[in-house]
Parts: sequence; C-alpha cells; structure tokens
Amino acid sequence: MKKIINNPDNVVNDQVEGFIKCHQEIIEKTTNPRVLKYNKSPVSGKVGIVTGGGSGHLPAFIGYIGENMVDAVAIGEIFSSPTPQAFLDAIIASESGKGVACLFGNYAGDKMNVKLAIKMARAKGIEVRTVVANDDVSSAPKEKKERRRGGGGEILMWKIAGAKSSEGGILDEVIDVAQKTVDNMRSIGVGLFPCTIPAFGKPNFEIEEGKMEIGIGHHGEKGLEIMDLKPSKVIANIMLDKILPDLPFIEGNEVVVMLSGLGATPVEELYILYSNIYNELKDKKIVVYKSYVGNFYTSLDMGGAFLTLLKLDEELKRLVDVNAYSVGLKQF
Amino acid sequence: MKESFKNERGKIIVENMVKIIQDNKNHLSEIDAQLGDGDHGINMNKGFSICYDRIKDKQLGFSESLEVLGNVLLNEIGGSMGPLYGVFFLEMAEVIKSKEVIDKFDFSKMLHKALEGIKELTDAKIGDKTLLDTLIPSIEAFDRTINNNGSFVEALNDLIESAEKGKDSTRDLISKYGRGNRLGEASKNILDAGAVSCYLILKSMSGSIKNLLESSSYL
Repeated sequence: MKKIINNPDNVVNDQVEGFIKCHQEIIEKTTNPRVLKYNKSPVSGKVGIVTGGGSGHLPAFIGYIGENMVDAVAIGEIFSSPTPQAFLDAIIASESGKGVACLFGNYAGDKMNVKLAIKMARAKGIEVRTVVANDDVSSAPKEKKERRRGGGGEILMWKIAGAKSSEGGILDEVIDVAQKTVDNMRSIGVGLFPCTIPAFGKPNFEIEEGKMEIGIGHHGEKGLEIMDLKPSKVIANIMLDKILPDLPFIEGNEVVVMLSGLGATPVEELYILYSNIYNELKDKKIVVYKSYVGNFYTSLDMGGAFLTLLKLDEELKRLVDVNAYSVGLKQF
Repeated sequence: MKESFKNERGKIIVENMVKIIQDNKNHLSEIDAQLGDGDHGINMNKGFSICYDRIKDKQLGFSESLEVLGNVLLNEIGGSMGPLYGVFFLEMAEVIKSKEVIDKFDFSKMLHKALEGIKELTDAKIGDKTLLDTLIPSIEAFDRTINNNGSFVEALNDLIESAEKGKDSTRDLISKYGRGNRLGEASKNILDAGAVSCYLILKSMSGSIKNLLESSSYL
C-alpha cells in the first residue's frame, strides 16, 4: 500500500480538515466534527437537503454541499455509515422550519442510522422525510428493485431536489421530485482494479490483469460478471445493454448522462468511454440533453467507471438546468 | 454451581468480549471482504477498544459496562454494526439496570430485548444470512433449556452450541440483506461476518457468565 496519509486510522478526519481549509467559501464546520454544512444554511424558508454516507467517495458526499444543492452532510468512516447522531446533527444544521429531506443511498447501515436519527429528530419536533436512491441495476434484479443500492445517480437526486427546494418547493414537493428522479434513473459500474481501504492495508479482492468486472459495487464489492477487458466501445455497449432495457429507455427519450470515474481511472479514459456511450445512444435515437463526465462518486483508488442515465420530463429538465455551486458539481 | 451472579461483578464479561473482538479483528474483516467491504473487523475492533479505554479504570457493573459499550457503538461507530450492536447492548443493559443479581430468567429477558431492538431497525429475517441466524436460534435454545428446568450453565452451554450452528448455517445461505445480497448464488460457501461476530460475542458472554457462576468467591 502506497498512500499519502499520516495514520491509516485518521484518514477521514485528516481529509475533512483539508477539505474545510480548501473550501471555506462555501463549507462550514458544525459542532459535530462528522457534520459539514453549507455556510448559508439553514436558509430561511427553504426545505433542508441532507445526505450522508461512508467516506471514500469524494467528492461524494461533502463535495455536494453548496448553493442549490445539499445543505448538510453526515460523514461516516471509510465505506461505513455515519452514526445516528451525525445524521441528526446534519438534520438540525439544515433545518429552517420547513422540514428536511434526507436523501441517501439504499445501504443497510445508512437506513438504520437514519431511522434512529429521524426518531431523535421527531422528538425535537423536526419533520424529516427520506428518499433512498436505488439506481444500481447490478445490485439486485429488477423484481427486487427495492433492494438495489444507490450509485452515482444520488448526485442527480440531490441536484434536482436541491433545485426544487431552492425555488421554494415544500417538503412534499421536494420528496416527490427526488423520488421521481430515482424512479427514472439507472446505473451500472465497471471495475478494472480493486481499491484499498487504508486501515485494512490491502485490496479486498483481486481483479486479474486483463480482466474487468461488470456490475462492480461502490465499496469494492465484487462484480457480477468477470470478463476479458474489452475496448471502450464494447464496454459502452455492455453497460448500456444492462441499463437501457431496465427502465426502459427508448427511442425519443431525453436523458442526462453522468459518467463518473471510480478514483484511479484518468478522466481522459472517461471521455473515450463517454464518446462511445454518446454514439451508441445516438444510434438508438435517445437524445442526450445534458452530460457530466468526471470523478463524481469514487471508491478510493478503484479503477473503472460508473454510468448513470436519467430519463427527463419537463419538470426534471427545468430542475436539472438550475445553477448549482458545490465542490463536486458546478453549473452556471 | 450457582444460579445467579452479581451485576457488580460483571464488568469482566464486557472486558472479555472486547478481547475476543480484538483477537478476531483481522478474521472478521477477511470474512467480510468476501461478501462486503472488509471493514467489519476494523469497525468492531474500534468500537470495542474505545469501550475498553472508557471502562478499564472504573468501578462498573455488568449493566453499566454494557451501557458504555452500547453507547460507543451506537454513537461513535456508524456502519451497520454500530446501530445493530449498539441497540443490542443498550437493550440488554436496560433490562438489568436496577438488578443486583442476574439469574437465567433475567438473561433470557436481556436476549429477548436485544433481539427486539434489532428487529425494530431491520426487516431481515432468519435465513437472510445475517447475525439473526446466530442470535435467534441461540435465544430459542437458551429458553428451551430453562423452560425444561435446566440450570443457568446448561442453558448457556446450549446457547453456545446453537450460536455455533447458527453461525455455520450462514455458509450455505444466499445473502438477502446488506451488501452481500448483490452476489446472489455467489454469496454461498462464505460465512456471514455479522453472524460470526454475533457468535463470538455470545460465546464470550456465555463463557464469562459461566466463570462467574462457577467462581467460588461469590457467596
């Protein structure tokens, strides 16, 4: 293991410290060292947008704190859910009296910790509602969709719910539009190299030289299919073949494409893959309305990419166009 | 053989649990890495070790030590195991908070309350390849023995035996919960890390209680 760290057990605290120092123009500490907030939150009259999850995914989750995005984030250990207290403190930090939308991924740990946090928030008279993203098609078959995990699509959920909240949407409306986003998106990952949790010191699993794994999880979980590494064009086809029929996305649909690196794959390669995805969608007469290519939701030093498609309607189109300013996603 | 032990002498039960988790840190992470993300041992070790630092120099009883452990896991660890084991130990502590002496009926109540706390958090069931596959049969075995007028020690022996069988049963199960569920059939032939840690906890707890029941210094 070669890493730029001090102590493997302190990587989360150390990276959060650096993050705060670097992004003081929008990020503010709270009394809980495991909660960061937008420096203007709570914004009067606005539904609070909260998320949280394990560390190791930068710029997710703290990188999406900002204007028209997420108000506060609960920070967990590497790949491990934040505590109920952290979620509660994030809820409190974002609450202006209009209620809080807690929008997170469908992970057992996050669900349990949020559940306990909501119980505590309710005792304080704060109304919290949740939406869980379950866009990763490889994490469970379609008939068990409720078991699927959240992936890169979580960012689009925050983007759209944040936009709705900032235009004055009430809690029910923010929740509805977040749920609509989740219902209309699908994701798939492809892994080329495993990642190493600093405190564990070695990769959780191996991906042999010359192989790739389709359906890799965001925490270094094994993929569902191991196959020979193929050219980008073929990878694009394989990924789209997994997600297009699932919703389905069909001719004439307008979509947002988000293609995220997993940490160790150069953005150059992501653009190669994006180009192939774009061409393939064009051939299928699916219209790319907007695209995001970069490292949006990583898994430490994992190699590979994660593709999300979101099918748009007029409302989603309008909201995805709203400006946003955060570390991980800026749109003017 | 005694049929009860004093709450005030029970800190050792929690201390021994800390040790077994520390000793199995790498083992738990290695099992977890086969299905999940490999942090189970790291997180458990962290929580239990923090608890040890908080209790080691203090005069605490069983219920108080369990409360420290539960609070550390719940409030400082996160993940899946933080809330699950946090609630598990806090519920156990609650049952015996005002008890000076703990007998087999109290211990049965502790196990049941712990299970109820976990069930409030998750809809996982027996057979889903989780810690419940260890916990539920263990409680059933303990209850069966005490209902047949078995002694506290006999019930603990049966509990340990069932916990081990329950833990081993997860090897043949398809994961239906948590991160392993994505693997489907591929999740077979691997133990569930939570079921293993639950086995270690129950085994250690039962063994320590047996020692207290057997120890001659308690009159």
